Amino acid sequence: MSTVRYATFEVAGQLFGLEVSEVQEVLAFSEYTPVPLAPGHVGGLFNLRGQVIAALDLRVRLGEPRVERTGPAMNVIVRTDDESVSLLVDRIGDVVELEDTVAEPVPDTLSGPARELITAAFPLADRLMLALDARAAVRGEATVA
Amino acid sequence: MEDFDDVVQEFLVESYENLDQLDQDLVALERDPTARDRLASVFRTIHTIKGTSGFLAFAKLEQVTHAGESLLARLRDGVQTLDRRGADVLLRVVDVVRALLAEIERDGREGDIDIRDTVVEVEACIAGEPAPLPAADGAGNAAPAEAPKADAAEAPAAEAAPVEQAEVAEAPAETPAETPAQATPAAEAASAEEPILSRRGVADTSVRVDVELLDKLMRLVGELVLTRNQMVRATEHNGDHTLGRAAQRLNIITSELQEGVMKTRMQPISHLWSKLPRVVRDLSNSLGRQVNLELEGAETELDRSLLEAVKDPLTHLVRNAVDHGLESPDDRVKAGKTPDGTLTLRAYHEHGHVVVEVADDGKGVDPKLIGATAVKRGLLTEAQVAAMDPDDVLRLVFRPGFSTAAKVSNVSGRGVGMDVVRTNLEAIGGAVDLRSVVGKGTTWRLTIPLTLAIVQALIVESANERYVLPQMSVRELVCVEGQSSARIEYVSGAPVCRLRGRLLPLVRLNEALGGPAERPEENGEAIYIAVLNGEGHEFGLVVDRVLTTEEVVVKPLASHLKDVGCYAGATILGDGRVSLILDVLALARNAHLGSAERAAAAAAALAEAAAQRAETRDRLLVTRVSDRRVAIPLSMVTRLEEFPVSAVERVGSREVVQYRGQILPVLRLSGLLGSWSEDVSDTVPAVVYSSGGHSVALAVDGILDIVDDTAPHGPADGDGLSGSTVIDDKVTELLDMRRAIMAADPDFQLPEYETPDYLVEASS
Repeated sequence: MSTVRYATFEVAGQLFGLEVSEVQEVLAFSEYTPVPLAPGHVGGLFNLRGQVIAALDLRVRLGEPRVERTGPAMNVIVRTDDESVSLLVDRIGDVVELEDTVAEPVPDTLSGPARELITAAFPLADRLMLALDARAAVRGEATVA
Repeated sequence: MEDFDDVVQEFLVESYENLDQLDQDLVALERDPTARDRLASVFRTIHTIKGTSGFLAFAKLEQVTHAGESLLARLRDGVQTLDRRGADVLLRVVDVVRALLAEIERDGREGDIDIRDTVVEVEACIAGEPAPLPAADGAGNAAPAEAPKADAAEAPAAEAAPVEQAEVAEAPAETPAETPAQATPAAEAASAEEPILSRRGVADTSVRVDVELLDKLMRLVGELVLTRNQMVRATEHNGDHTLGRAAQRLNIITSELQEGVMKTRMQPISHLWSKLPRVVRDLSNSLGRQVNLELEGAETELDRSLLEAVKDPLTHLVRNAVDHGLESPDDRVKAGKTPDGTLTLRAYHEHGHVVVEVADDGKGVDPKLIGATAVKRGLLTEAQVAAMDPDDVLRLVFRPGFSTAAKVSNVSGRGVGMDVVRTNLEAIGGAVDLRSVVGKGTTWRLTIPLTLAIVQALIVESANERYVLPQMSVRELVCVEGQSSARIEYVSGAPVCRLRGRLLPLVRLNEALGGPAERPEENGEAIYIAVLNGEGHEFGLVVDRVLTTEEVVVKPLASHLKDVGCYAGATILGDGRVSLILDVLALARNAHLGSAERAAAAAAALAEAAAQRAETRDRLLVTRVSDRRVAIPLSMVTRLEEFPVSAVERVGSREVVQYRGQILPVLRLSGLLGSWSEDVSDTVPAVVYSSGGHSVALAVDGILDIVDDTAPHGPADGDGLSGSTVIDDKVTELLDMRRAIMAADPDFQLPEYETPDYLVEASS
């Protein structure tokens, strides 16, 4: 039995979590450079301390319609092998510590693009948190455009 | 000889480094004779020195290392284990190697150092025989478990050297007078002391640095350049003088640092060129050519990664020049040239790029032949070729699948050559072009950026976003507005622009990036066209605004965006915003420029344009010749120039100017038309016409206007004129261009298809 810490955030009314070790940082940013002709889930590019970071719209990634964001959007920056990728989310939640025995399998009713991105479901006190597979979430090839 | 010296220097630096390691390894091995990796490392070092010394013809060095290697091979294979004696012998080998290296460093030769004893000792050790007496002496006298250096230094002392032997140690070149037993320690003594002074010459003035570290430094400097750009921009809007001065200093220091770090990655192009004399020699022998190879600017430096990238293209061009460019000695003599051809490689800096030229004085490339081949290969139609500028016809050789070689040889001419050269160069942001004069020779010109990481860029705006174009691919910028001479027309839906009488296919950036189709120019708004060069085609990229030029650092594209295909990377501009770098080649490809349907459309466009021209006739350039107005069809104007009066020289009865490396005949129109020009001015305005590599200049007294030729033409009333018309309520005479060109240069080959329309009309 071991515990894992999850950084939680909200997308389209649903609570998601990423393992803290996968998250490089969380920050709000408002200016994105659009990338014409890019897949729909690419929200744009921004400058993070001299690095060009691609922001992926997690909403679109999960099969939800794209929403025009006004004002700063929250970025959860995920560090993968050789680059950092940002996930655009609606709201940042708390960091929660969960025992992995609490995890339940992904509900069978869950379908669509979200299905392949979610590894487990954790029932919290008042709501359900879906654990995201960081690698799958930042991978490019999924066809959600 | 200088190249050879470089090789020896490198060999010395490398060997000294390896020997230092070797000392440590051997001592450690003595304690732990089974450490295989150490043994392997020692073996490699000795083996490398042996190999290189054999190659460089240092016989003694080779011999002594060969002996050492034999022993090491036995140790490595487990046939023999390393004992005290073995270690001593090996250390002695190392010391002799040092002595020899020191000698080579001093005067380039191995000197008189005696190696026989060492070799004999090693062989005895291999054979398991008792050591020969003198060597046993040396080894036996050395204190046990001494550090190897101390061992070497003490050896002569242990011999209880009398005075004269100390002298020997100081002048090892004179040792043969002594007995062999004394010679070896003497050499060792020399090796232990002298390199300390002389080695500084090689090893201490250069440091080996990991390329990765240099790459990292380069990246960091890139960041600094960006931050500098941001800083400088920020202080522009800030009244603080102290900050402004600091920013200015930061600006200068950053530039210097950037230059310095770039220099660390630079290598002279002679690294590439050093192989070429051999290539040219072998090739010309097998092909029966006589070739003088001349290398100019071998010290010109290039980033090492770029050097690697241009290696193949350059070799290909050289082979091509020897194979196809230069003629056989017989043909050369027939053509009135010297039997041996000259191949010149020239490298120099120009506008922040490195230019490498490969020039031969061979038969040249004939545009007619190229055009005919292009037609035969089905790349273009005859009409298309006929309408092309001869220089552009030449550039057809860069199209894929194009080769004019009558027969395929194993040297070059498999039809894969030039387009690969072009692709390789464009991949590193460079370019290749050629100039050729039939019968005189061909010059291939490679333009290579100084570095990959930082590029000079043109920032343009489209749909309120900024995009970056590599300056390298931008040929020119054209502004299109109501009154300008360039206009956008549509040929079966595809936009084209008539630019100086030629049709330029257009790509609208907005549309290419998936934006809505808009035609702002139809609302009277000005639009800008960046004339770009991609895959050998010229095309115009229509953008909303042209903003500025800036040095940008190329950042790799996020993996999500690589498949999009129209971006070459991203960068951060001076204000900190991310901007996309456009991939010019991909834009050209995506717009299907050069594809079959596009070629057909272009052919139709030409036909249509010709039909239009018949209707509206040409545009006219109105000039002033003394007090007369003389019009020249704009299609016959290649360029307008202004030459200083002092540049006009006389050759016999003619006037000429030197222009772009050519001698340009100058004809004063006032002379041709029989009027007297009374203008006294410092400069001579001239209309330059070029065709087929030849140019002439027609000197006038002033350039007045460019107008549409709409008024009816009247008859000509003088020599050199073909008619007259009324422009702006003033009678304007039409110049007989053919007559004028012939008067300037009787040898001028005037292409049929460029005969201006109005000549036909006036004569009918």
